[in-house]
Amino acid sequence: MERTTLDLWVGLFVLAGIGALVFLALKVGNVGAFDTNKTYAITANFNNIGGLKVKAPVKSAGVVVGRVAEIRFNTADYEAEVVLNIGSVYKFPKDTSAAIMTSGLLGEQYIALEAGADDKMLAQGDTLKITQGAVVLENLIGQFIYGKSGEAGKSAAPAQ
Amino acid sequence: MLDGVRKLGRQTIDGVWRLGVAMRFFMLTLLHSGICLRRPQLVIREIFTAGVLSLIIIVISGLFVGMVLGLQGYETLQKYGSESALGSLVALSLVRELGPVLAALLFASRAGSAITAEIGLMKATEQIAAMEMMAVDPIARVVAPRFWGALISMPLLAAMFSAMGIFGGYLVGVVLIGVDEGSFWSQMQAAVDFRQDILNGVFKSGVFGVAVTVIALFEGYAAPPTAEGVSRATTRTVVTSSLAILALDFVLTAFMFRGA
Repeated sequence: MERTTLDLWVGLFVLAGIGALVFLALKVGNVGAFDTNKTYAITANFNNIGGLKVKAPVKSAGVVVGRVAEIRFNTADYEAEVVLNIGSVYKFPKDTSAAIMTSGLLGEQYIALEAGADDKMLAQGDTLKITQGAVVLENLIGQFIYGKSGEAGKSAAPAQ
Repeated sequence: MLDGVRKLGRQTIDGVWRLGVAMRFFMLTLLHSGICLRRPQLVIREIFTAGVLSLIIIVISGLFVGMVLGLQGYETLQKYGSESALGSLVALSLVRELGPVLAALLFASRAGSAITAEIGLMKATEQIAAMEMMAVDPIARVVAPRFWGALISMPLLAAMFSAMGIFGGYLVGVVLIGVDEGSFWSQMQAAVDFRQDILNGVFKSGVFGVAVTVIALFEGYAAPPTAEGVSRATTRTVVTSSLAILALDFVLTAFMFRGA
Protein backbone atom coordinates (compact mmCIF):
# COMPACT_ATOMS: atom_id res chain seq x y z
CA MET A 1 0.00 0.00 0.00
CA GLU A 2 1.50 3.35 -0.99
CA ARG A 3 1.85 6.02 1.65
CA THR A 4 0.55 9.55 1.23
CA THR A 5 1.01 12.77 3.18
CA LEU A 6 -2.64 12.44 4.14
CA ASP A 7 -1.80 9.32 6.13
CA LEU A 8 0.91 11.24 7.95
CA TRP A 9 -1.54 13.97 8.94
CA VAL A 10 -4.11 11.46 10.15
CA GLY A 11 -1.41 9.64 12.10
CA LEU A 12 -0.32 12.90 13.76
CA PHE A 13 -3.95 13.72 14.52
CA VAL A 14 -4.61 10.37 16.19
CA LEU A 15 -1.34 10.63 18.13
CA ALA A 16 -2.25 14.12 19.33
CA GLY A 17 -5.69 12.92 20.40
CA ILE A 18 -4.28 9.97 22.33
CA GLY A 19 -1.66 12.28 23.78
CA ALA A 20 -4.40 14.59 25.04
CA LEU A 21 -6.19 11.63 26.62
CA VAL A 22 -2.99 10.46 28.32
CA PHE A 23 -2.41 14.01 29.57
CA LEU A 24 -5.93 14.10 31.00
CA ALA A 25 -5.50 10.69 32.60
CA LEU A 26 -2.07 11.24 34.15
CA LYS A 27 -1.78 14.94 34.83
CA VAL A 28 -5.40 15.94 35.42
CA GLY A 29 -6.88 12.79 36.92
CA ASN A 30 -4.53 10.73 39.03
CA VAL A 31 -4.55 7.18 37.79
CA GLY A 32 -2.72 4.84 40.12
CA ALA A 33 -1.60 7.37 42.71
CA PHE A 34 -2.32 4.74 45.35
CA ASP A 35 -2.01 1.33 43.87
CA THR A 36 -4.56 -1.02 45.39
CA ASN A 37 -2.06 -3.84 45.82
CA LYS A 38 0.36 -1.63 47.73
CA THR A 39 -2.05 -0.76 50.51
CA TYR A 40 -3.44 -2.48 53.57
CA ALA A 41 -6.99 -2.05 54.81
CA ILE A 42 -7.92 -1.15 58.36
CA THR A 43 -11.35 -0.48 59.80
CA ALA A 44 -12.51 2.27 62.11
CA ASN A 45 -15.94 2.66 63.73
CA PHE A 46 -17.35 6.14 64.18
CA ASN A 47 -20.51 7.27 65.94
CA ASN A 48 -20.96 9.90 63.23
CA ILE A 49 -19.07 10.40 59.99
CA GLY A 50 -20.67 13.72 59.06
CA GLY A 51 -20.04 14.41 55.38
CA LEU A 52 -17.17 11.96 54.87
CA LYS A 53 -17.12 10.43 51.40
CA VAL A 54 -15.48 7.44 49.77
CA LYS A 55 -12.02 8.41 48.38
CA ALA A 56 -11.60 11.12 50.99
CA PRO A 57 -7.96 11.43 52.08
CA VAL A 58 -6.54 9.86 55.22
CA LYS A 59 -3.89 12.14 56.66
CA SER A 60 -1.36 11.85 59.40
CA ALA A 61 0.41 15.04 60.48
CA GLY A 62 -1.18 16.61 57.40
CA VAL A 63 0.40 14.18 54.93
CA VAL A 64 -1.90 12.02 52.82
CA VAL A 65 -1.15 8.41 53.74
CA GLY A 66 -4.23 6.70 52.32
CA ARG A 67 -7.82 6.96 51.18
CA VAL A 68 -11.26 5.99 52.45
CA ALA A 69 -12.16 2.80 50.60
CA GLU A 70 -15.63 2.02 51.87
CA ILE A 71 -18.29 3.36 54.22
CA ARG A 72 -20.81 0.94 55.72
CA PHE A 73 -23.49 1.12 58.37
CA ASN A 74 -23.12 -1.49 61.07
CA THR A 75 -26.56 -2.60 62.29
CA ALA A 76 -25.09 -4.51 65.26
CA ASP A 77 -24.02 -1.42 67.18
CA TYR A 78 -25.52 1.30 64.94
CA GLU A 79 -22.20 2.82 64.07
CA ALA A 80 -20.57 3.78 60.81
CA GLU A 81 -17.84 1.40 59.70
CA VAL A 82 -15.17 3.04 57.56
CA VAL A 83 -12.56 1.01 55.71
CA LEU A 84 -9.29 2.87 55.14
CA ASN A 85 -6.66 1.90 52.58
CA ILE A 86 -3.29 2.90 53.96
CA GLY A 87 -0.15 2.89 51.83
CA SER A 88 2.07 -0.09 52.80
CA VAL A 89 5.06 2.20 53.32
CA TYR A 90 3.26 3.85 56.23
CA LYS A 91 3.25 1.71 59.39
CA PHE A 92 1.19 2.80 62.39
CA PRO A 93 1.16 1.47 65.98
CA LYS A 94 -1.80 -0.61 67.18
CA ASP A 95 -3.16 2.14 69.44
CA THR A 96 -3.35 4.77 66.70
CA SER A 97 -6.45 6.95 66.96
CA ALA A 98 -8.60 8.27 64.10
CA ALA A 99 -10.63 11.48 64.00
CA ILE A 100 -12.80 13.04 61.30
CA MET A 101 -11.66 16.58 60.60
CA THR A 102 -12.61 19.33 58.19
CA SER A 103 -9.96 21.09 56.13
CA GLY A 104 -10.67 24.78 56.48
CA LEU A 105 -14.05 26.21 57.36
CA LEU A 106 -15.93 24.93 54.31
CA GLY A 107 -13.48 22.33 53.07
CA GLU A 108 -13.87 18.62 52.53
CA GLN A 109 -13.74 16.17 55.41
CA TYR A 110 -10.83 13.84 55.95
CA ILE A 111 -9.63 11.31 58.49
CA ALA A 112 -6.70 12.31 60.67
CA LEU A 113 -4.59 9.52 62.17
CA GLU A 114 -2.74 10.20 65.41
CA ALA A 115 0.00 7.65 66.00
CA GLY A 116 0.06 5.92 69.40
CA ALA A 117 2.97 4.36 71.27
CA ASP A 118 2.33 0.62 70.96
CA ASP A 119 5.17 -1.66 69.89
CA LYS A 120 2.98 -3.74 67.59
CA MET A 121 2.03 -2.30 64.22
CA LEU A 122 -1.36 -2.28 62.51
CA ALA A 123 -1.84 -4.94 59.87
CA GLN A 124 -4.40 -5.79 57.20
CA GLY A 125 -7.90 -6.14 58.67
CA ASP A 126 -7.20 -4.53 62.05
CA THR A 127 -9.69 -2.20 63.71
CA LEU A 128 -8.85 1.14 65.27
CA LYS A 129 -10.05 1.26 68.91
CA ILE A 130 -9.93 4.98 69.61
CA THR A 131 -12.01 7.11 67.25
CA GLN A 132 -13.60 10.51 67.29
CA GLY A 133 -16.53 11.19 64.97
CA ALA A 134 -17.31 14.32 63.03
CA VAL A 135 -18.37 17.42 64.90
CA VAL A 136 -21.97 18.18 64.03
CA LEU A 137 -22.39 21.92 63.78
CA GLU A 138 -26.06 21.82 64.81
CA ASN A 139 -25.22 19.98 68.07
CA LEU A 140 -22.44 22.45 68.76
CA ILE A 141 -24.78 25.42 68.29
CA GLY A 142 -27.44 23.64 70.33
CA GLN A 143 -25.03 23.13 73.23
CA PHE A 144 -23.91 26.72 73.00
CA ILE A 145 -27.47 28.06 73.11
CA TYR A 146 -28.35 25.65 75.93
CA GLY A 147 -25.36 26.84 77.89
CA LYS A 148 -26.20 30.49 77.29
CA SER A 149 -29.83 30.06 78.36
CA GLY A 150 -28.62 28.21 81.47
CA GLU A 151 -26.45 31.20 82.35
CA ALA A 152 -29.30 33.60 81.71
CA GLY A 153 -31.60 31.47 83.91
CA LYS A 154 -29.18 31.76 86.83
CA SER A 155 -28.85 35.53 86.74
CA ALA A 156 -32.47 36.46 86.07
CA ALA A 157 -35.57 34.86 87.57
CA PRO A 158 -37.45 32.70 85.07
CA ALA A 159 -40.40 34.59 83.64
CA GLN A 160 -43.60 32.65 84.18
CA MET B 1 -57.53 28.33 12.21
CA LEU B 2 -58.35 24.93 10.77
CA ASP B 3 -55.53 25.47 8.32
CA GLY B 4 -53.12 26.05 11.19
CA VAL B 5 -54.15 22.81 12.92
CA ARG B 6 -53.83 20.93 9.64
CA LYS B 7 -50.34 22.36 9.09
CA LEU B 8 -49.26 21.45 12.62
CA GLY B 9 -50.50 17.90 12.14
CA ARG B 10 -48.74 17.56 8.81
CA GLN B 11 -45.48 18.86 10.26
CA THR B 12 -45.70 16.48 13.23
CA ILE B 13 -46.33 13.46 11.04
CA ASP B 14 -43.59 14.61 8.70
CA GLY B 15 -41.17 14.94 11.62
CA VAL B 16 -41.91 11.45 12.95
CA TRP B 17 -41.60 10.11 9.42
CA ARG B 18 -38.20 11.69 8.96
CA LEU B 19 -37.08 10.33 12.33
CA GLY B 20 -38.07 6.84 11.26
CA VAL B 21 -36.28 7.15 7.93
CA ALA B 22 -33.21 8.53 9.71
CA MET B 23 -33.15 5.53 12.05
CA ARG B 24 -33.44 3.13 9.11
CA PHE B 25 -30.65 5.06 7.39
CA PHE B 26 -28.49 4.73 10.52
CA MET B 27 -29.08 0.98 10.68
CA LEU B 28 -28.24 0.64 6.97
CA THR B 29 -25.02 2.57 7.58
CA LEU B 30 -24.02 0.21 10.39
CA LEU B 31 -24.93 -2.78 8.23
CA HIS B 32 -22.71 -1.57 5.38
CA SER B 33 -19.75 -0.69 7.60
CA GLY B 34 -17.80 -3.78 6.59
CA ILE B 35 -16.18 -1.86 3.75
CA CYS B 36 -14.35 0.30 6.31
CA LEU B 37 -12.37 -2.74 7.46
CA ARG B 38 -11.68 -3.94 3.94
CA ARG B 39 -10.62 -0.51 2.66
CA PRO B 40 -9.32 1.52 5.66
CA GLN B 41 -7.95 4.12 3.22
CA LEU B 42 -11.52 5.42 2.80
CA VAL B 43 -11.90 6.00 6.54
CA ILE B 44 -8.45 7.61 6.83
CA ARG B 45 -9.44 10.12 4.15
CA GLU B 46 -12.57 11.01 6.13
CA ILE B 47 -10.65 11.30 9.41
CA PHE B 48 -8.51 13.82 7.57
CA THR B 49 -11.43 15.92 6.31
CA ALA B 50 -13.49 15.70 9.50
CA GLY B 51 -10.80 15.55 12.16
CA VAL B 52 -7.52 17.04 10.99
CA LEU B 53 -9.16 20.00 9.27
CA SER B 54 -11.21 20.76 12.43
CA LEU B 55 -8.05 20.69 14.53
CA ILE B 56 -7.18 24.39 14.36
CA ILE B 57 -10.59 25.69 15.37
CA ILE B 58 -10.82 23.12 18.20
CA VAL B 59 -7.37 23.85 19.59
CA ILE B 60 -7.73 27.63 19.47
CA SER B 61 -11.28 27.64 20.89
CA GLY B 62 -10.19 25.27 23.65
CA LEU B 63 -7.31 27.52 24.58
CA PHE B 64 -9.51 30.62 24.78
CA VAL B 65 -12.33 28.89 26.65
CA GLY B 66 -9.79 27.67 29.21
CA MET B 67 -8.29 31.15 29.53
CA VAL B 68 -11.72 32.71 30.09
CA LEU B 69 -12.53 30.02 32.66
CA GLY B 70 -9.28 30.80 34.42
CA LEU B 71 -10.04 34.54 34.57
CA GLN B 72 -13.68 34.22 35.58
CA GLY B 73 -13.05 31.39 38.00
CA TYR B 74 -10.30 33.36 39.71
CA GLU B 75 -12.52 36.44 40.02
CA THR B 76 -15.21 34.43 41.81
CA LEU B 77 -12.99 32.10 43.85
CA GLN B 78 -10.77 34.82 45.26
CA LYS B 79 -13.82 36.33 46.98
CA TYR B 80 -13.89 33.21 49.14
CA GLY B 81 -10.14 33.02 49.47
CA SER B 82 -10.02 29.68 47.71
CA GLU B 83 -8.24 30.55 44.48
CA SER B 84 -6.22 27.36 44.87
CA ALA B 85 -9.39 25.51 43.80
CA LEU B 86 -9.03 27.13 40.36
CA GLY B 87 -7.39 24.02 38.95
CA SER B 88 -10.24 21.72 39.92
CA LEU B 89 -12.84 24.23 38.70
CA VAL B 90 -11.22 24.56 35.27
CA ALA B 91 -10.54 20.84 34.89
CA LEU B 92 -13.92 19.59 36.07
CA SER B 93 -15.98 22.01 33.98
CA LEU B 94 -13.89 21.24 30.89
CA VAL B 95 -13.64 17.47 31.22
CA ARG B 96 -17.25 16.93 32.24
CA GLU B 97 -19.17 19.47 30.17
CA LEU B 98 -17.45 22.13 28.13
CA GLY B 99 -14.96 19.88 26.39
CA PRO B 100 -17.40 17.38 24.88
CA VAL B 101 -20.24 19.88 24.31
CA LEU B 102 -18.30 22.78 22.78
CA ALA B 103 -16.11 20.49 20.71
CA ALA B 104 -19.25 18.78 19.38
CA LEU B 105 -20.92 22.12 18.59
CA LEU B 106 -17.83 23.30 16.73
CA PHE B 107 -17.56 19.93 15.02
CA ALA B 108 -21.20 20.15 13.89
CA SER B 109 -20.69 23.55 12.30
CA ARG B 110 -17.24 22.80 10.87
CA ALA B 111 -17.42 19.17 9.75
CA GLY B 112 -21.15 18.35 9.92
CA SER B 113 -22.16 21.12 7.55
CA ALA B 114 -19.37 20.13 5.16
CA ILE B 115 -20.58 16.51 5.12
CA THR B 116 -24.17 17.58 4.38
CA ALA B 117 -23.14 19.96 1.62
CA GLU B 118 -20.84 17.39 0.04
CA ILE B 119 -23.38 14.58 -0.01
CA GLY B 120 -26.18 16.95 -1.04
CA LEU B 121 -24.11 18.17 -3.96
CA MET B 122 -23.16 14.61 -4.90
CA LYS B 123 -26.85 13.91 -5.08
CA ALA B 124 -27.66 17.13 -6.99
CA THR B 125 -24.96 16.38 -9.59
CA GLU B 126 -26.25 12.78 -9.83
CA GLN B 127 -23.03 11.17 -8.65
CA ILE B 128 -25.02 9.04 -6.22
CA ALA B 129 -27.34 7.89 -8.99
CA ALA B 130 -24.29 7.12 -11.15
CA MET B 131 -22.84 4.92 -8.40
CA GLU B 132 -26.10 3.00 -8.17
CA MET B 133 -25.98 2.53 -11.94
CA MET B 134 -22.51 1.00 -11.58
CA ALA B 135 -23.81 -1.32 -8.84
CA VAL B 136 -21.73 0.50 -6.22
CA ASP B 137 -23.71 0.88 -3.02
CA PRO B 138 -23.50 4.60 -2.16
CA ILE B 139 -24.24 3.88 1.50
CA ALA B 140 -21.21 1.62 1.73
CA ARG B 141 -18.95 3.73 -0.48
CA VAL B 142 -19.93 7.28 0.58
CA VAL B 143 -21.87 7.22 3.84
CA ALA B 144 -20.25 4.54 6.01
CA PRO B 145 -16.62 5.81 5.76
CA ARG B 146 -17.76 9.34 6.64
CA PHE B 147 -19.68 8.01 9.61
CA TRP B 148 -16.72 6.09 11.04
CA GLY B 149 -14.21 8.80 10.22
CA ALA B 150 -16.23 11.42 12.08
CA LEU B 151 -17.01 9.04 14.93
CA ILE B 152 -13.32 8.29 15.48
CA SER B 153 -12.37 11.97 15.27
CA MET B 154 -14.93 13.30 17.73
CA PRO B 155 -13.62 11.89 21.07
CA LEU B 156 -10.05 12.75 20.04
CA LEU B 157 -11.06 16.32 19.27
CA ALA B 158 -12.96 16.62 22.56
CA ALA B 159 -9.94 15.33 24.49
CA MET B 160 -7.72 17.86 22.73
CA PHE B 161 -10.22 20.61 23.49
CA SER B 162 -10.18 19.74 27.21
CA ALA B 163 -6.39 19.43 27.31
CA MET B 164 -5.91 22.77 25.55
CA GLY B 165 -8.51 24.36 27.84
CA ILE B 166 -6.71 23.17 30.96
CA PHE B 167 -3.47 24.48 29.51
CA GLY B 168 -5.21 27.84 28.86
CA GLY B 169 -6.51 27.90 32.43
CA TYR B 170 -2.99 27.15 33.63
CA LEU B 171 -1.56 29.98 31.51
CA VAL B 172 -3.97 32.56 32.89
CA GLY B 173 -4.25 31.22 36.45
CA VAL B 174 -0.67 30.28 37.23
CA VAL B 175 1.54 32.14 34.76
CA LEU B 176 -0.41 35.39 34.50
CA ILE B 177 -2.24 35.80 37.82
CA GLY B 178 0.10 33.79 39.99
CA VAL B 179 -2.02 31.10 41.64
CA ASP B 180 0.30 28.60 43.31
CA GLU B 181 1.31 26.02 40.73
CA GLY B 182 1.48 23.09 43.15
CA SER B 183 -2.00 23.59 44.58
CA PHE B 184 -3.40 24.23 41.07
CA TRP B 185 -2.36 20.77 39.89
CA SER B 186 -2.81 18.87 43.16
CA GLN B 187 -6.35 20.17 43.77
CA MET B 188 -7.15 19.27 40.17
CA GLN B 189 -5.81 15.76 40.62
CA ALA B 190 -7.72 15.32 43.86
CA ALA B 191 -10.98 16.44 42.26
CA VAL B 192 -10.88 14.70 38.87
CA ASP B 193 -11.59 11.00 38.82
CA PHE B 194 -10.43 9.00 35.82
CA ARG B 195 -13.49 6.80 35.41
CA GLN B 196 -16.14 9.17 36.74
CA ASP B 197 -15.05 12.28 34.90
CA ILE B 198 -12.63 11.56 32.07
CA LEU B 199 -14.08 8.34 30.70
CA ASN B 200 -17.61 9.71 31.02
CA GLY B 201 -16.48 12.77 29.05
CA VAL B 202 -15.03 10.54 26.33
CA PHE B 203 -18.25 8.52 26.23
CA LYS B 204 -20.29 11.71 25.97
CA SER B 205 -18.26 12.98 23.03
CA GLY B 206 -18.68 9.60 21.33
CA VAL B 207 -22.46 9.85 21.66
CA PHE B 208 -22.37 13.41 20.32
CA GLY B 209 -20.20 12.19 17.45
CA VAL B 210 -22.82 9.60 16.47
CA ALA B 211 -25.65 12.16 16.72
CA VAL B 212 -23.89 14.87 14.69
CA THR B 213 -22.69 12.52 11.96
CA VAL B 214 -25.99 10.69 11.54
CA ILE B 215 -27.87 13.99 11.31
CA ALA B 216 -25.35 15.45 8.86
CA LEU B 217 -25.29 12.35 6.65
CA PHE B 218 -29.04 11.95 6.67
CA GLU B 219 -29.76 15.60 5.92
CA GLY B 220 -27.33 15.46 3.01
CA TYR B 221 -28.72 12.19 1.72
CA ALA B 222 -32.35 13.32 2.03
CA ALA B 223 -31.78 16.82 0.65
CA PRO B 224 -33.78 17.85 -2.44
CA PRO B 225 -31.25 17.82 -5.31
CA THR B 226 -31.36 21.56 -5.92
CA ALA B 227 -29.14 24.47 -4.88
CA GLU B 228 -31.82 25.66 -2.48
CA GLY B 229 -32.40 22.20 -1.09
CA VAL B 230 -28.71 21.69 -0.31
CA SER B 231 -28.43 25.09 1.35
CA ARG B 232 -31.48 24.36 3.51
CA ALA B 233 -30.18 20.93 4.42
CA THR B 234 -26.86 22.43 5.54
CA THR B 235 -28.63 24.92 7.80
CA ARG B 236 -30.84 22.18 9.20
CA THR B 237 -27.81 20.04 9.99
CA VAL B 238 -26.24 22.74 12.13
CA VAL B 239 -29.50 23.65 13.88
CA THR B 240 -30.70 20.10 14.50
CA SER B 241 -27.37 18.70 15.60
CA SER B 242 -26.74 21.64 17.97
CA LEU B 243 -30.13 21.06 19.59
CA ALA B 244 -29.53 17.31 19.69
CA ILE B 245 -26.13 17.81 21.36
CA LEU B 246 -27.55 20.05 24.08
CA ALA B 247 -30.57 17.82 24.73
CA LEU B 248 -28.45 14.64 24.78
CA ASP B 249 -25.99 16.35 27.10
CA PHE B 250 -28.73 16.96 29.63
CA VAL B 251 -29.89 13.35 29.48
CA LEU B 252 -26.36 11.93 29.70
CA THR B 253 -25.39 14.25 32.55
CA ALA B 254 -28.50 13.25 34.47
CA PHE B 255 -27.49 9.59 34.09
CA MET B 256 -23.79 10.00 34.83
CA PHE B 257 -23.47 12.52 37.61
CA ARG B 258 -26.68 12.11 39.57
CA GLY B 259 -25.91 11.83 43.24
CA ALA B 260 -22.19 11.95 42.62
